[in-house]
Amino acid sequence: MKRTGAQIFFECLKKEGVEVIFGFPGGAVLDIYNEMSNHEEIRHILVRHEQGAAHMADGYSRATGRVGVCLVTSGPGATNTVTGIATAYADSIPMVVFTGQVPTPMIGNDAFQEVDIVGISRPCTKHNYLVKDVRDLAKTVREAFYLARTGRPGPVLVDLPKDVVQAQTDFRYPSKVELRGYKPTLEAHAGQISRGAKLLRKAKRPVIYAGGGVIHSDAGEELQRLAELLQAPVTATLMGLGCFPATLEAGDPKRLHPLWLGMLGMHGTFRANMAVSNADVLFAVGARFDDRVTGKISGFAPKAKIIHVDVDPTSISKSVAVDIPIVGDCKNALQKMVQALEAEPVEELEETRAPWLDQVRQWRETYPLAYQQEGDVIKPQFVVEKLYELSRGEAIVTTEVGQNQMWAAQYYHFNRPRTWLSSGGLGTMGYGLPAAIGAQVAFPDHLVIDVAGDGSIQMNIQELITAVCYCLPVKVAILNNRYLGMVRQWQELFYRRNYCSTCLEMAPDFVKLADAYGAVGLRATRPDEVEPVIREAFSVDRPVIMEFCVAEEEGVYPMVPAGKNISEMLLV
Amino acid sequence: MEKTNGSKHVIGVLVENQPGVLSRVAGLFSGRGFNIESLTVAETHEAGVSRITLVTTGDQHILEQIIKQLNKLINTVKVIDFREVEFVNREMALIKVKAEPQTRAEVLRIVDIFRAKVVDISPNFYTVEVTGDEGKIAAILELLGQIGVTELARTGKVALARSKKRVKD
Repeated sequence: MKRTGAQIFFECLKKEGVEVIFGFPGGAVLDIYNEMSNHEEIRHILVRHEQGAAHMADGYSRATGRVGVCLVTSGPGATNTVTGIATAYADSIPMVVFTGQVPTPMIGNDAFQEVDIVGISRPCTKHNYLVKDVRDLAKTVREAFYLARTGRPGPVLVDLPKDVVQAQTDFRYPSKVELRGYKPTLEAHAGQISRGAKLLRKAKRPVIYAGGGVIHSDAGEELQRLAELLQAPVTATLMGLGCFPATLEAGDPKRLHPLWLGMLGMHGTFRANMAVSNADVLFAVGARFDDRVTGKISGFAPKAKIIHVDVDPTSISKSVAVDIPIVGDCKNALQKMVQALEAEPVEELEETRAPWLDQVRQWRETYPLAYQQEGDVIKPQFVVEKLYELSRGEAIVTTEVGQNQMWAAQYYHFNRPRTWLSSGGLGTMGYGLPAAIGAQVAFPDHLVIDVAGDGSIQMNIQELITAVCYCLPVKVAILNNRYLGMVRQWQELFYRRNYCSTCLEMAPDFVKLADAYGAVGLRATRPDEVEPVIREAFSVDRPVIMEFCVAEEEGVYPMVPAGKNISEMLLV
Repeated sequence: MEKTNGSKHVIGVLVENQPGVLSRVAGLFSGRGFNIESLTVAETHEAGVSRITLVTTGDQHILEQIIKQLNKLINTVKVIDFREVEFVNREMALIKVKAEPQTRAEVLRIVDIFRAKVVDISPNFYTVEVTGDEGKIAAILELLGQIGVTELARTGKVALARSKKRVKD
């Protein structure tokens, strides 16, 4: 039986187990939308801007580990997804983006709503396709999903000309994918593992530096086992938060895990940056030595031999020279490393570790993360601490980008993977709200909080109506300091307080705005109002905007100025 | 980091002959600030596979990155790193040189010495075809340049490993 491209499209999605599409219709995808009602097992979330669709698919993917899917029309529909695609690409998030395209005979003629989205998205996708023949459609969709989720995951774009989705052919879903040039190395090399294990056995001051790859490969347990075996403290990148339990008990910030160093890098903890700077062996896993982590390259882990596990060979020795490279899936490599170390007990573990862990404890006690909540002005960190306390550390937290993001990373302690969704690599303002919606679609009964700033929330505020429309009770906490706070902080420190274009003195009334959208709006202006506002927000089963009027010129500390060693932190 | 320092390197890339593949390779170089000195591409004896030969400059670290990044492209079947093997390489040039009665003999002499060929003649110009390595092409260009080159079309380098080991996927 012949089927149209549009029918084949949905059959393919069902084969891939897709449950939800985030999308926005338009001329070039009308045939797909026309077919949609025949496939009710696939839910469609109608967004208000295509960037929102891409971030929702991304948030859904980060929260679940599944491939996020979005569907948009040609031209502006397609270009609007580019920021979302680049965001997912920078953080290796598996996603398939379907874009409509003008009919194949019109491609290249500057047709209405035509854009070369395959060309535009080439540098920010793992791979992309233009389907020119309906007979290639099923195979292409199969490959797109396969590429998105395997190896180093990432977004894949499939461009669908209108005549292709209208044309008919027999439907056959290929059972396997054959790509001659794509064979990611997943199995870590045994020889490299044993070299790494040997080095780790001899380490006196080991540090584990874990990134998003640990979360992508679902290797949290293995990581924890390795840390315990070695009694090695663990630090994580912004992307890796949640891969190692920050606290011994969820929701109890006073009982930090003794091996947990917190985040490292530009706004990392004092103890994490000092531990890395003094380590003799650094075990990097699923992390890529990003400039926000390393600071000045020559001053990063200067005393350490470095072991680096990553599924992507290009990440290894890209910016920092590595002593023992291990290409492979993080879970596979960690399992093998644990086995290698379990084979016989690590010698002199007590003797060497006691002074090292004692040193780490001293660093923690000397310079803990700190702020002063005093007087009538709410400190933003206080809000995040309250959010943590009142959600008992069990919420899924998304963020926008800037100070709000860093305070959330510092003061919300994550114990489980996939509960922290933040745009790390690209740093996309406007990510948090749609990502929260995507996560809430996946987990309708889970508490989902978007920690936002007054600047970035306005970048995708239109998606609030999407949350209202689908009864997705996301809780947005705006830390309103009336500034583009992180940029202002740089101006304060490095541009002689020339606050050019960072003051947002005119802002919408966020409470009325929430009301206008049909959400709940709440505001706290004094410290004693913070807790009641959060309690009320958590108690209603609707989307809520909480506006916290916070100290205007509070900074994020510690801070490593750009180009400095990470041991050279500004502490206040 | 200055990415153009360092010596020249020849890299061979076998790619699936898909639309846009050249753009992926070129985009990789421009997007990451790598340098391309020359690039040639044509189909191989194997259906659906093209071979790109490119010349780039950079130190060992940059070369490593270039090779890894090329390997990472989904359409890349194989990257041939000529640092590890002996190889032969050739370029070809078509050179239009002034050939007036008083200089024709000199042009022909140079052509002869370089084992080049005259492939087109007009009353005032000869078009010379020459094949060789970079040094040879530079040498003939210098000599013909003294007589008067009016147009020049050159290919980039093509290269094949000299070792017995045949390149397989």
